[in-house]
Amino acid sequence: MNKARIATTWLDGCSGCHMSLLDIDERLVELAEQIELVYSPLVDTLDFPEAVDIALVEGAVGNEDDLKKLQLIRKQSRLLVALGDCAVTANVPAMRNAFKLEEVLRHVYTATASSQLQLPKEEVPPLRDRVRPLHAYVEVDLFLPGCPPPSEAIFFLLSELLAGRIPDLSAKSRFGA
Amino acid sequence: MNHSPASRNSQENTPPPRILTLQIDGQDLSGRADETILEIARQNKIHIPTLCRLDGLSGHGGCRLCLVEISGQNRPVPACLTYPQEGMVISTASQRLQDYRRKILELLFSERNHVCAVCVSNGHCELQELAVELGLSHVRYEYLHPRLEVDGSHARFIRDPNRCVLCLRCVRVCAEVEGAHTWDVMGRGISSRVITDLNQAWGSSQSCTACGKCVQVCPTGALSEKGTSVAEMIKHRHFLPQLLAMRTNRRE
Ligand code: SF4
Ligand code: FES
Repeated sequence: MNKARIATTWLDGCSGCHMSLLDIDERLVELAEQIELVYSPLVDTLDFPEAVDIALVEGAVGNEDDLKKLQLIRKQSRLLVALGDCAVTANVPAMRNAFKLEEVLRHVYTATASSQLQLPKEEVPPLRDRVRPLHAYVEVDLFLPGCPPPSEAIFFLLSELLAGRIPDLSAKSRFGA
Repeated sequence: MNHSPASRNSQENTPPPRILTLQIDGQDLSGRADETILEIARQNKIHIPTLCRLDGLSGHGGCRLCLVEISGQNRPVPACLTYPQEGMVISTASQRLQDYRRKILELLFSERNHVCAVCVSNGHCELQELAVELGLSHVRYEYLHPRLEVDGSHARFIRDPNRCVLCLRCVRVCAEVEGAHTWDVMGRGISSRVITDLNQAWGSSQSCTACGKCVQVCPTGALSEKGTSVAEMIKHRHFLPQLLAMRTNRRE
């Protein structure tokens, strides 16, 4: 049997959803036999590969790099899962949307800084004006809310997908779970 | 604002209420003419989602989650404010109603900043529970992210308009049960806000008795007790039926 090609990544998030993924614990071994992890913060690959079966995306779209990555992921994955509240609602990262971007930058890099820092311009991707959820930019196939989604829910999601079923996730997690 | 539902039958020598027959979701039922479609549905274990409705307070009809369809009428009506008529045929869960209800929830979520993960009411919130109940996996509308100030001026309570759904339970419980009428509504449509006294800091309100009834009936984290952190605000609503029952007994 061909192993399912799985990719995971985080954009504007805290990596908590990936922690929850790892919390699946020993059942990860069970999953590992059926999958090939082709891209993830947990493996070494640098470039997002082609022909991915399932992409789990944590985090919202907050900067230009997030958006570029997301568009590539969408192009090269059969199923895209918005994993967790930041991906689904933009959640905490979007709390800056109530303020102007310049205000946010000034506040973080100068007003509250202990030393004379400057606004970062090089080597970091520019922030976008507003933080938005994944489905504001690309088609999302499945939404698993939660901050983070319980590992039980992530396990259910993956096992159902691997069994060739599109799971009903409504009772498995909720916003803020 | 309507008068309290408790007063509907309180006059003496009123004739016994008329009993009507009607149909809800294919079930033949009977119900009193002075009870709303929502009440009759509940007595028959037919669940209709609600948000602004709270037993013991007057009907408001603001949230529209309880919309039902009546045969022969094109426009859905709120079950919490509509009284039955003889032979009415009502449906509570059509595809159209479920779509409307989900859209209403999506609009509520997108209109303010309901960041469940960092909310005092996380896990004890009626808005959050409705999202689960109605299978809302994501919000299709653009989030508005309005900039709203939290009011921490009161000695015991906090008002966070970011989480307010304009159910007006606070307004009603304060006016109808506490009798203080500290709360009211300002503005229209999307710019409506609940305010204390003449739109001043809650802590400076002269009419507020600090009874906390508004906090307990608020369905979300919009009103909370000071000192509660994420997910710690658990509301206690049992005071309301108890208090109202005690008052009715005294009157009799
Ligand atoms: S503050 Fe709470 S009780 Fe008052 S209108 Fe807003 S959500 Fe309803
Ligand atoms: S519960 Fe009927 S309109 Fe809100």
